[in-house]
Amino acid sequence: MAKKKIRTSQEVNAGSMADIAFLLLIFFLVTTTIASDKGILNILPPKQDPDQPPPEVELNERNIFNILINANDQLLIEGEFRTTTEGLSNEIKSFILNFGNPDEDNLALYNGLPASLRALALRSPESSDYPGAGGAVVSIKTNRGTSYEIYLEVLDLVKKAYFEIYGERVGLTAEEYRALTGNTAAEVELQNRGKEGIPMAISIAEPDKTGS
Amino acid sequence: MGKFNKKTKADTNIPTSALPDIIFMLLFFFMVTTVLREQDLLVEQKIPQATQLQKLQKKSLISYLFLGKPKNTALYGVEPRIQANDVLINTNDILQWVNQEKDALSEAERDQITISLKADRDVKMGPVSDIQFELREADARKLMYATVGKVQD
Repeated sequence: MAKKKIRTSQEVNAGSMADIAFLLLIFFLVTTTIASDKGILNILPPKQDPDQPPPEVELNERNIFNILINANDQLLIEGEFRTTTEGLSNEIKSFILNFGNPDEDNLALYNGLPASLRALALRSPESSDYPGAGGAVVSIKTNRGTSYEIYLEVLDLVKKAYFEIYGERVGLTAEEYRALTGNTAAEVELQNRGKEGIPMAISIAEPDKTGS
Repeated sequence: MGKFNKKTKADTNIPTSALPDIIFMLLFFFMVTTVLREQDLLVEQKIPQATQLQKLQKKSLISYLFLGKPKNTALYGVEPRIQANDVLINTNDILQWVNQEKDALSEAERDQITISLKADRDVKMGPVSDIQFELREADARKLMYATVGKVQD
């Protein structure tokens, strides 16, 4: 059977082509984002007044987690010589959450933590007293000859420890916690709940001048 | 009289077949003219990798500092240099540069200025800490070390 074709018009209806083009235009307008600015955020300490020497902060040795990096990119972590940063993040986590000698407020903070984080608290008298600026400080000291890359690697691991704690407190992964933008009230609430009582106490010391 | 009233009824349909072409022309026009403001980099930039990245929301608050070995070593030497806008500056010019950047912001946002430090991964900590010291002096304390995401295994 031969097919019967009826030739109606030879022209394709091009009226909707404009709509298709518009769709394309809008699609590109919406999806085109300029490469976003990402990085590790660091808040510098306020500037020093030459007339007023910085206040002497009395911190017990047990409350400071010392990380020293020399000009050969070798690490001295809590007095122990290392060449790699392996496992550093977990050590910092248990240092922050040690709760060796908490006061009442911090005891309440401890009781409010999820069980998985409470398990990290060894309550060792040799480690930090409580999380926070006066109780658990991570100190990073570099040399002028230290490479920027290893410094960032260490800073990255310290941040990782904090973000994992924050995330775990609110039931998110560290990744999800970092992705919170703070644009909505719910996200701000999550962010605040994560870091409440455990501020990031990272001290970056002036680098040594020797050996650069 | 009838002579003047003679009007031929024209087709009321406007031909739309050329409309897509016009829209496409618009599309191409925008695609071609939209230039992302790219700075001419005078220093080498191999951005280091990290995992714990944070994203900044307000782009208008960010100012960029580039740090690295100059590309034109014959002219600028091999020591790491700082680039702000399109010129290489010295460490003690940072204070002035920050103030210029702050002036460009509105009064309320001035203290929220964030410096994105795009430093080459081969740079040593010496110049980085010099920049940090100057930024503290300039009271621009929000500093972001620009990094790219690391592929985790």
